[in-house]
Amino acid sequence: MAQDIIIKIIDREGVTHEVLAPTDMNMNLMELVRAYELAPEGTIGICGGMAMCASCQCYVLSDHNLPEKNDDEEAMLAEAFNVKDNSRLGCQLHIHPELEGLTIELAPES
Amino acid sequence: MIKTDILIIGAGPTGLFTVFEAGLLKLKCHLIDALPQPGGQCAEIYPKKPIYDIPAFPEVLAGDLVTNLMKQIEPFQPGFTLGERAETIEKLEDGTFVVTTHKGTKHNAPIVAIAGGLGSFEPRKPPIEGIESFEENGVEYFIKDPEIYRDKTVIIAGGGDSALDWSIFLTDVAKSVTLVHRRNEFRGALDSVEKVQELKNKGKIEVITPAEVIGVHGNGKIDRVSIERDGEIFQKQCDHFVPLFGLAPKLGPIAEWGLEIEKNAIKVDNALDYQTNIPGIYAIGDVNTYPGKLKLILCGFHEATLMCQSAYQRIFPDRKYVMKYTTVGGVEGFDGTKKEAPKAVVKSIN
Repeated sequence: MAQDIIIKIIDREGVTHEVLAPTDMNMNLMELVRAYELAPEGTIGICGGMAMCASCQCYVLSDHNLPEKNDDEEAMLAEAFNVKDNSRLGCQLHIHPELEGLTIELAPES
Repeated sequence: MIKTDILIIGAGPTGLFTVFEAGLLKLKCHLIDALPQPGGQCAEIYPKKPIYDIPAFPEVLAGDLVTNLMKQIEPFQPGFTLGERAETIEKLEDGTFVVTTHKGTKHNAPIVAIAGGLGSFEPRKPPIEGIESFEENGVEYFIKDPEIYRDKTVIIAGGGDSALDWSIFLTDVAKSVTLVHRRNEFRGALDSVEKVQELKNKGKIEVITPAEVIGVHGNGKIDRVSIERDGEIFQKQCDHFVPLFGLAPKLGPIAEWGLEIEKNAIKVDNALDYQTNIPGIYAIGDVNTYPGKLKLILCGFHEATLMCQSAYQRIFPDRKYVMKYTTVGGVEGFDGTKKEAPKAVVKSIN
């Protein structure tokens, strides 16, 4: 079994959670937040992870090398609210070993 | 008053398939949906995306799934109230329910099946300070009646199809149209983007990009907005500001119906029939929750099937019925059509 990594997630109430994330299940950050129930169901991952709703928007706080945004993610973030320079869609960030220690903060619900 | 046997709230895949299973039991269905077309999320959010986990379909586009479901239920002649959100529910003395939409359309049925997915789709409202006070006073989140924009100055914000399409349409109606979008690229249909470019070149639409409306102003009624572009903030006069940032589902009025809610979903009895805490009201598909719940279309189909059997027993407590296989019993539509398996031709041996 591949090694799990630790990811820090600051929820919408400002509480920091350090969670174990599997790297071998093709999971993304949105799914990780849902798996640990760090945001109420129905407020995150509404489109199911297609970069079409921005309900999983998060701010990347750590200095990790992340893949470039694809067109869908760019377009969705251009229509989302509360967007900052470090905004990403959690559903587009796949969990792999290099993300060990990644710290993200969930954007407000909109 | 529209009368039916099973009133289905939500015309997504689960709601649509309910019509089929109910039809096999000779029960008629009517569907209410806030969206103007059937199909729910499949039609609204991702019609061109493939789904891979529908049994026996290695791959099917969400839009095609809806088209096929509509074809499958056609013989059962479902009724539709589209573009209206189910607002209130009331139980009558005879035990049946009356559901009224926000437009006042009334529906009466002994069974209500809530197949509302994540809720009804409502416009996403930008977090601009004080914008609520201008709602109905020059700020509209969707366009109901284009005539109110005649000879007015209109500012539209957004980068998708509806922002592009309405910008194009209103050039013939409004005094002036300005489109504000946060980046230079638009993600609407290519011909809409090209049309806006053409209208911009002709001076019929002003396009302000990459920019964002960050403030709304006026005395009672909106008269200008603040726009930020490249760190610079300026104001622009307008009679109407129309932010078109797509739709997001909200559980909405259903949450006030006295149903037990958990995790933004309706609790149901999954050991039996997906009934809610109110007898006669069922919840199926993504809108419900129970231990081990999975929000999958295929689970919604299963839930719809079981729920219909329970609904039948509730409507006809004294009648006996056993489930029949469609291959054996065929499918008799309410429209007089009948589908059945061809009988094998037996040839005698001499």
